[in-house]
Amino acid sequence: MTTDLTRASAADLADLLSRGETSSVEVTTALLDRTEAVDGDVHAYLHVDRDGALASARDVDERRGRGEDLHRLAGIPIAVKDVMATKGLPTTCGSKILEGWIPPYDATVVSRLKHAGMPILGKTNMDEFAMGSSTEHSAYGPTRNPWDLDRIPGGSGGGSSAVVASFQAPLAIGTDTGGSIRQPAAVTGTVGTKPTYGGVSRYGLVALASSLDQAGPCTRTVLDAALLHEVIGGHDPMDSTSIDAPVPAVVEAARRADVSGMRIGIVRELTGEGFQPGVRARFDESVQHLVDAGAEVVEVSCPSFTAALAAYYLILPSEASSNLAKFDAMRFGLRVLPEGVDDPSAEQVMAATRDAGFGDEVKRRIILGTYALSSGYYDAYYGSAQKVRRLIADDFTRAFETADVLVSPTAPTTAFRFGDKLDDPMAMYLNDIATIPANLAGVPGMSVPSGLADEDGLPAGFQILAPAAKDERLYAVGAALEQRLLSSWGGPLLDRAPELSTAGTTTKGA
Amino acid sequence: MADLTRDDVAHLAGLARIDLSDAELDRMVGELGVILESVATVQQSPIEGVEPMSHPMPIVNVTRPDVIRPSLAPEDALAAAPESEQQRFSVPRILDED
Repeated sequence: MTTDLTRASAADLADLLSRGETSSVEVTTALLDRTEAVDGDVHAYLHVDRDGALASARDVDERRGRGEDLHRLAGIPIAVKDVMATKGLPTTCGSKILEGWIPPYDATVVSRLKHAGMPILGKTNMDEFAMGSSTEHSAYGPTRNPWDLDRIPGGSGGGSSAVVASFQAPLAIGTDTGGSIRQPAAVTGTVGTKPTYGGVSRYGLVALASSLDQAGPCTRTVLDAALLHEVIGGHDPMDSTSIDAPVPAVVEAARRADVSGMRIGIVRELTGEGFQPGVRARFDESVQHLVDAGAEVVEVSCPSFTAALAAYYLILPSEASSNLAKFDAMRFGLRVLPEGVDDPSAEQVMAATRDAGFGDEVKRRIILGTYALSSGYYDAYYGSAQKVRRLIADDFTRAFETADVLVSPTAPTTAFRFGDKLDDPMAMYLNDIATIPANLAGVPGMSVPSGLADEDGLPAGFQILAPAAKDERLYAVGAALEQRLLSSWGGPLLDRAPELSTAGTTTKGA
Repeated sequence: MADLTRDDVAHLAGLARIDLSDAELDRMVGELGVILESVATVQQSPIEGVEPMSHPMPIVNVTRPDVIRPSLAPEDALAAAPESEQQRFSVPRILDED
């Protein structure tokens, strides 16, 4: 077990805390100091809450000292994506339109973290309103990939992936609408799970596309993801789409790591051409590891997956254009008066505010969604996309008749350089080609590190998909693969990431 | 119908209440054209007679018992308002007559 508190897993920290070998204040302080040292370069956080995190840590330590029965993860600090409402802490969604907004309530996910006694370190950077695959669309500047500071950390949840990859937090909360947990995990050598739709409450998650959004864990190990999944999952009466059933037995599955007799389906449409050779090579090796662990491989075809990207980029903008209508400059957020207009109307103020407050990608998607939903085009665009969505869900149903889980590379490439895809929206959208089908169908997915691509030495991800409400299968497969890869690497993949400069160029937040 | 004119985009921006500048309009016409051409491929899938799917799970109405529970205090609800007055949100004029 590692004794560096910033590099230890949440499971190991929990053991240290329960044995009294460290305190939550000690762990929290170590992580906050790490942030001071490295986050000037990485820029994973939009806001750091040193005082709040230390206050919760002290509280947990006192309760532990009194012999109170605490949650297993009590005292383990966590970072939260800035799309989750946090009472008393700024929540911007990476947008200027919400700059300085302090929500008057907590998202259910945040309430559950607090209830478990987990100090919240701060809010992580993201593409504006979760629209993007690189964090380059954050209004507050991009997050940098700890493996190479000239490259993207994935998106939209690049702050959450980078914060765990750079050892500023063992755990983070992400949200995944088309891959925003899994793709960042893949390009930073970390673990990320998108639970079954409805498995984690969306109450207080600022909605991008309500029928696709799902919050989940971002971690460095499969077991940690399971432990966090268990904290945040489960029924919530405040979310009408929340599943009224117990959280799947994810922790037990992660511990057993048993894939013997399991049928692993390779999705023909999500392999081969279009995927970087090094990503493919690590994928093939990972499949072989699972075979060695007793799994059986079958090939499945999901022909409608080739239309998933097109359907997604109609459904998502349509829902987003409707969800983002609430940013109207009236009740909260930015209000900008139009220039050169005396006594402007509410409508003019709205239009001026939305032009000033939203970034280019958000405007593009709102206008695209407005178009797809407009009368005369609705059937051709939104209607057709919804039918493709059905075909994709049917493909999953058929595939899961012959396979217990489906697998593919998580993202087609390793982390690309800043600016490479910024001027070409379609090229940016292609990053999500393998992750989008799961959101459309509502099934759970996970990305685990598969190794480093030969051509650039950067991390690649292995994606696992399971039928709805069978999230535990992700953890069984993810843990079995992790076990074998760790022994073949002789240690965690992140040990091979370059050391970050700890010069501490800036001090952030308050 | 993948050709979107500059006037179309201006009209859509008006519907979406976004006051795009001329430069933004010029840029967006081209970008949206490329995206639309790509997403229009959904029409080439075998979707004839397929039931549209709006949601991953069957949607059921959810109700709660009709009992009072705590809600935001007025000062909390108004705390982030750009302007408030007499315990209300203060907004610009909403009528256009003058």
